[in-house]
Amino acid sequence: MADALMAERDTEHATPEAVVVRFAGDSGDGMQLTGGQFTLSTALAGNDLATFPDFPAEIRAPQGTLFGVSAFQINFGSTDITTAGDQPDVLVAMNPAALKTNVPALKAGGLIIADSGEFTKRNLEKAKYDANPLEDGSLAKWQLLAFDISALTIEAVKPFGLGNKEALRCKNMWTLGLALWMFDRDRQPLIDWLNDKFAKKPELAQANIAALNAGHAYGETAEIGGQIRQQHLAPVPSEAGLYRTVTGAEAVSLGLVAGAQLAELPMFFGGYPITPASAILHNLAKLKEFGVTTFQAEDEIAAICSAIGASYAGQLGVTSSSGPGIALKGEAMGLAIMTELPLVIVNSQRGGPSTGLPTKTEQSDLYQAIYGRNGDAPMPVIAARSPSDCFECAIEACRIAVQYMTPVMLLTDGYIGNASEPWKVPDPAAYKPFPAQFLGEANGTDGEILPYKRDARGVRPWIKPGTPGLMHRIGGIEKAQDTGNLDYSPAAHQLQTDARKDKVDGIAAGIPAQDVDQGQAGGKLAVVGWGSTYGPIRQAVRRARAKGQDVSHIHVRHVWPLPANLGELLHSYDRVLVPEMNTGQFKTVLRDQFLVDAKPLNKVSGQPFTIAEIESVIDTYFDGVPGNAGGSELAADKTQLPSIKAVNP
Amino acid sequence: MNDMTPLAKLTIKDWESDQEVRWCPGCGDYAILKAVQRTMVDLGSDPAKTVFVSGIGCSSRFPYYMASYGFHTIHGRAPAFATGIKLANPELDVWLVTGDGDGMSIGGNHTMHVIRRNLNTQILLFNNEIYGLTKGQYSPTSRVGTTSPTTPLGSVDRPARPCAFALGAGARFVARGFDVSKHLPDVLKAAHAHQGAAFVEIFQNCIVYNKDVFDDFAAPKGADQQQLWLKHGEPMLFGSDKTGGVKGIALDAAALKLKVVDVVDGDWQAAGVIVHDVTNRSVAHMLVELPFGPFPMALGVIYDDPAPSYEDAVGEQDARARAGKAADLGKLLAKGQTWTVGG
Repeated sequence: MADALMAERDTEHATPEAVVVRFAGDSGDGMQLTGGQFTLSTALAGNDLATFPDFPAEIRAPQGTLFGVSAFQINFGSTDITTAGDQPDVLVAMNPAALKTNVPALKAGGLIIADSGEFTKRNLEKAKYDANPLEDGSLAKWQLLAFDISALTIEAVKPFGLGNKEALRCKNMWTLGLALWMFDRDRQPLIDWLNDKFAKKPELAQANIAALNAGHAYGETAEIGGQIRQQHLAPVPSEAGLYRTVTGAEAVSLGLVAGAQLAELPMFFGGYPITPASAILHNLAKLKEFGVTTFQAEDEIAAICSAIGASYAGQLGVTSSSGPGIALKGEAMGLAIMTELPLVIVNSQRGGPSTGLPTKTEQSDLYQAIYGRNGDAPMPVIAARSPSDCFECAIEACRIAVQYMTPVMLLTDGYIGNASEPWKVPDPAAYKPFPAQFLGEANGTDGEILPYKRDARGVRPWIKPGTPGLMHRIGGIEKAQDTGNLDYSPAAHQLQTDARKDKVDGIAAGIPAQDVDQGQAGGKLAVVGWGSTYGPIRQAVRRARAKGQDVSHIHVRHVWPLPANLGELLHSYDRVLVPEMNTGQFKTVLRDQFLVDAKPLNKVSGQPFTIAEIESVIDTYFDGVPGNAGGSELAADKTQLPSIKAVNP
Repeated sequence: MNDMTPLAKLTIKDWESDQEVRWCPGCGDYAILKAVQRTMVDLGSDPAKTVFVSGIGCSSRFPYYMASYGFHTIHGRAPAFATGIKLANPELDVWLVTGDGDGMSIGGNHTMHVIRRNLNTQILLFNNEIYGLTKGQYSPTSRVGTTSPTTPLGSVDRPARPCAFALGAGARFVARGFDVSKHLPDVLKAAHAHQGAAFVEIFQNCIVYNKDVFDDFAAPKGADQQQLWLKHGEPMLFGSDKTGGVKGIALDAAALKLKVVDVVDGDWQAAGVIVHDVTNRSVAHMLVELPFGPFPMALGVIYDDPAPSYEDAVGEQDARARAGKAADLGKLLAKGQTWTVGG
């Protein structure tokens, strides 16, 4: 597609279906903001889209350095978009470091827009360039447009009397103006946004708008020398209704609010700042009118313990964190399992172990979610597959927590937490309420209080302190049937361990049967995913099926307990391939649970899978390996598939 | 919940749960349990609106023995659970029971923050200067030289002082008592009357692992020379003519510290004895730091100067944020820049 942007080659090319643009600059250059605003304008233009913000862990890394580069990638078009795109068609590089770290991913023939004003000797040295790449021919396999965006911006904002530093801060708006021109976008929503954002500093609003307009005019008046042709990507045909964009963190927050409303409970959210989960606490802190109380605790442990305390007192307790914080919460999760109190724990996964990659994505907390507590401590786990799916999954987590008196973990990750996509605004009335029930009077014969008397599903009653006549004690020590009194006897522990396990296993009876996202039950190959690999798997399977390959896509939301039909479904395929951003955790769970010879496809680089990576591995099941030409079946073996590195060096 | 008919006068029996008490025979916890139950009777508390929350350790078994609501949680974290309970339902009367290991060691961080935030709760820290439930290891309040399974040659680290810690964390109420003291219910009542986090250190005799470690001031013999019971508005006097003279606490103005002075013929003013003012934070700091030996043990309500409680502040802020706003989920979902696809 990048070719399509280049006027001299382009006259005979049709407008492409989709374009991938990557904005990259210094962390102080405002690339995330530029990307976010470009996303909004894309959504308003009716294109489908997916984004991938990719930023460093440092808040303000030293200027111009390679590790200080912040990037935002967006894939948009007039077709079904579910990933942020494999390779950018256009790279906007605001300095040498941004060019160096991002240009290798650019599609051959793709377009580089670079701010030549930043390619100074000093910046080149910081980016470890021996020579200026804009001049030495090393970018020959791409199309290069270099001009002094810095100087053009300073010129554009001159009338507003800003200092040099402040003037240069408007560079991102200049660049955005050019991008809006390239894709034939309306500037007005952005101008409105700037006026609103800088309502108290109108001169900054005016300067930013001037920069935006100047960038736009630069494209329009062909100062670029006729090298770029303007593109208009048709709106994607989609279901009628009201749409907005939503990030995963926003959708989790909204889903929790919706879940609490459906449970008819006030929500208590105990959290502690951690990347990339903090956004959920930020969002909920602004939603008090929805009966939300937020509490920034002194640590991760206090965050979950306060939430359990609130659940004990009759509210819907929720806590959220990322891997390291989830590890700290482990003991308290055990207490919630032991006392059987509802609780929702959101884990926005990031690269681990330890501090790992705080701002990068991974799916490596699956074992931790399913198994990561002392004792036999069964707990339901749900995984969201996309930013908007976080809404549905958060509601489902609340439902299970309240209906089964259990903690539930909701898994998202750094990728879907930060990424955004268009979302058809749901109608709250379309969701079935699941009002919480509290015990109001003694439930035993002779007026006995039996806090651990289980119903047919093995669920105990919820008793709010403050209820007259129902005083009782609960705790983390093993207990007797019905009364909940301390009882460490062998019989009591066997009985209660079994009861806790049966209760959680039984949740499988109340969740939807596993469906097949693309393809059909039975066939040569099933690609099975969970969580944020949905987008690349979906597109890879779509391409494979278009090539005539007999491959189906199954995406699992309920990763624990697993849907009751999943085992039978997996056994209906000759082969099962499980791509995940870890070293094979769900693959192992599936093998364990269903004795199915699931094969792993793993990636742990902190970046999501590209479509091509998955597609090329699907190919190996059909044509891509010796002895397998024409799609004949692979010989049964116990070896694992080649790693992604071997397939896609 | 306020429209309920008043409770019939309860007795200590009504505050005893049906659970068998499992502390060692002779443990100081029995006396504290009785004192707390007596306090609940005297306060006219409603067991249905009372919650005892504890961590882990001998002291933390406490909730099982009270006929109220109770939550035996995990080691050191009781303050965090109490915070969630109190924010969810500020009407509940929440008592927090912890120990020197639970509250000063593994849970020190939470103790600090529950005090700093000023959650309206009573924090009873049973200090026996030892780990009892894990069989006798030295604790953060053990004195230097304490021999234990983990310190066979004697401990070398300096002990924490719970009341000084509490004041340092910003406590607005600090008191001390000991297990068998007849004054303990009065101290507990004062803690309950205080709106905000009320920190009470209760010296407790572990008869198995640290027997009689507090006898130097808690034993009846010589008690009046070793115990300084503080009462608001009264001079800080201790001792008697029968036991070696009446003494008082005065300020050494030159050294800016407290000193013990002899009171002759009851003329404490002449001796410069300080009148206890529970709202004087500077004196409170000096009282909790008094070294025992040269000074008696300061007991009773050391400091009591209420400030707005955390849950009230949260409740007020939340109420302001909610005022005049409807919880319209449909509107919330459609917030921000939207677009319509025609159908």
